[in-house]
Amino acid sequence: MWDYSETVKEHFFNPRNARVMEEPDAIGDVGSIQCGDALRLTLKVDKDTEIIQDAAFQTFGCGSAIASSSVLTEIIKGKTLDEALLVTNQDIANELDGLPPEKMHCSVMGREALQAAVANYRGEVWRDDHEEGALICKCFAVDAVMIEETVRANNLRTVEDVTNYTKAGGGCSACHEGIEEILTRVLAETGEAFNARASRQKLHADKEKPKVPGKGLSNIERIKRIERVIEAVRPQLQRDRGDVTLVDVDGDTVFVNLVGACSGCQMASLTVSGIQQQMMEDLGEFIRVVPVPAEKPASATVKLEVPA
Amino acid sequence: MTPPTQNTSGLSDVYLDNNATTMVDPVVVEEMLPFFTVQFGNPSSIHSFGNNVGRSIKKARQQVQALLGAEHDSEIVFTACGTESDSTAILSALKAQPERKEIITTVVEHPAVLSLCEYLEKDGYTVHWLKVDGKGRLDLDVYADLLEERGEHIAIVSVMWANNETGTIFPVEKMATMARDAGVMFHTDAVQAVGKVPMMLADSDIDMLSLSGHKLHAPKGVGVLYLKRGTRFRPLLRGGHQERGRRAGTENVASIVALGKACELAAEKMEYENTVVKAMRDRLQEGILAAVPHCFPTGDVENRLPNTCNIAFEYIEGEAILMLLNKAGIAASSGSACTSGSLEPSHVMMAMGIPYTAAHGTIRFSFSCYNTMQEVERVIAAVPPIVAQLRKLSPYWGEDGPIEDPERLFAPTYA
Ligand SMILES: Cc1ncc(COP(=O)(O)O)c(C=O)c1O
Repeated sequence: MWDYSETVKEHFFNPRNARVMEEPDAIGDVGSIQCGDALRLTLKVDKDTEIIQDAAFQTFGCGSAIASSSVLTEIIKGKTLDEALLVTNQDIANELDGLPPEKMHCSVMGREALQAAVANYRGEVWRDDHEEGALICKCFAVDAVMIEETVRANNLRTVEDVTNYTKAGGGCSACHEGIEEILTRVLAETGEAFNARASRQKLHADKEKPKVPGKGLSNIERIKRIERVIEAVRPQLQRDRGDVTLVDVDGDTVFVNLVGACSGCQMASLTVSGIQQQMMEDLGEFIRVVPVPAEKPASATVKLEVPA
Repeated sequence: MTPPTQNTSGLSDVYLDNNATTMVDPVVVEEMLPFFTVQFGNPSSIHSFGNNVGRSIKKARQQVQALLGAEHDSEIVFTACGTESDSTAILSALKAQPERKEIITTVVEHPAVLSLCEYLEKDGYTVHWLKVDGKGRLDLDVYADLLEERGEHIAIVSVMWANNETGTIFPVEKMATMARDAGVMFHTDAVQAVGKVPMMLADSDIDMLSLSGHKLHAPKGVGVLYLKRGTRFRPLLRGGHQERGRRAGTENVASIVALGKACELAAEKMEYENTVVKAMRDRLQEGILAAVPHCFPTGDVENRLPNTCNIAFEYIEGEAILMLLNKAGIAASSGSACTSGSLEPSHVMMAMGIPYTAAHGTIRFSFSCYNTMQEVERVIAAVPPIVAQLRKLSPYWGEDGPIEDPERLFAPTYA
């Protein structure tokens, strides 16, 4: 069975607020019986303050789905709707002392139920674009849909590319066969054949070739390239309910701000090293990427300095 | 003689997951121990250390032969597991008949066959997947037509003897004869059937059969491929002359000896399995169906292994049931998506057309001769409150029954 934390088990065996709420002010329904998990979140909201006075849930699902729902109701009670919307799926997982990668979607479902409930309260329509694919990379919980979309959006060609953009395959490497299959399929759409050897050659070439310092680039060109790398990684961070913005550049150090689900998550360091790798390849020089809080005063201006 | 583990209930655990794996019989353990200490020789060696070991393997081979009713002991090839036996059989048939590039199998096979065939499809082979009906039964007319139409292109038919999830038994002896008449090789994955269903392979047209030690009270990591004399064969592992060159690699002697003993014991217990164990299984099913509304057994209940019963509990999810059962000291398994970490519930339940409202809540109880009627009564008492507790949490369940038209009343934002 799954290696659930004691907190997950505790919430599963003694779920909080598991009941049908009489006359709720807001209802959020997400999930489906096909996928094997579905959650109804109900809220009582104070009209004037928008404070969540009571939260209850009903869940069809596995141990972690029930535990995620339970902990979610505990987290949001007493918060205003706006405050509650800041709760990320990572917050839910953290509150449970972690979830196995295959089960992270349970925390995502909790967050979505909350969004749906708030939309319902405000008379808005909440639409989810979230499509879940089969889990490919178990080390970093990356599914097939995300890999496929990222490969398409960025014209990726090798397993290494996929790892740099999505983290998939960066751990035990058992999923490389699965990633190669996706690459083969997506590349075939444009009539291109996946070439496993190309990636090897590229890898070797990278290793042997000393990095050319980016001296030849103008300041403007350099910043543009840095921005381009950041723009390229944003979509899939946003899929994870996160984001990254450029804060400052100081010599070979690039300061970025990670927000949402990726800040504080155990994968933050991987995101950072992925961006760093990408920038080094793009600029052909050594780059250090350092995550900083958004408040860093320099955020408005970007200082440009070319390394000597 | 249940495993001596303890749980929060203070009672010893009830193990009803014998289709997943079984406890090694203490008599079997006794039998294999000397092969780790005194009898450690390599059976290939000339000296007496090896010689005795060689004789023990021969004895084990005969014990397996007897259980399967095989004509010759040389038809028994020891392997490292059921999965290896399955792979060896199918890949051998393709290698030995390179002009034949098609396979017939079923949609309800164990992943040992299913994933291999899916992989072979990607490799350019054509796989004909036999479907099953709502009770998990095959349509032999479809099979007959396939053999007639494609017979000369089919390298092998591989159909499991009994399904691991539902226990449903397939008419493999008849299907083997049909294949032989069409000039096609026949393999069966009998991992779940061996020891529960009487077999007389000498009189059958089955060319190859897989079994696995750990399903019949031998250790994990040992299996057998039965290979009828005269069947064209190409080894999976080449190297030394072990197993007459059909499976190279120094023998896992202790486990082979254990498997031999386990087969001997299984033959003796076959009758018990089909009477006493079957009665316990039947009592469990009847007890649960009587106490729990909205649940039903899956598979072909009239024609299944004596030790297996698979019950679908509607509107709740299997992993949650298992966790609560586990807390009560009861071990079983589930076909829900969540237990495997996949997105879909068990392919076997989907193939039978079990609706999603029930497929996610399927629980398999599988017995062995070590279970007792007291344990059965304990499970019958434990299940109804667990189901009720989870249904109370379920948005698909109302006051005292399923909500009407769940897809409409509980209409989630995405489906
Ligand atoms: C029907 C069937 N085939 C094959 C196997 C695989 O056997 P093994 O675990 O020995 O590889 C199993 C066991 O899970 C099974 O139930």
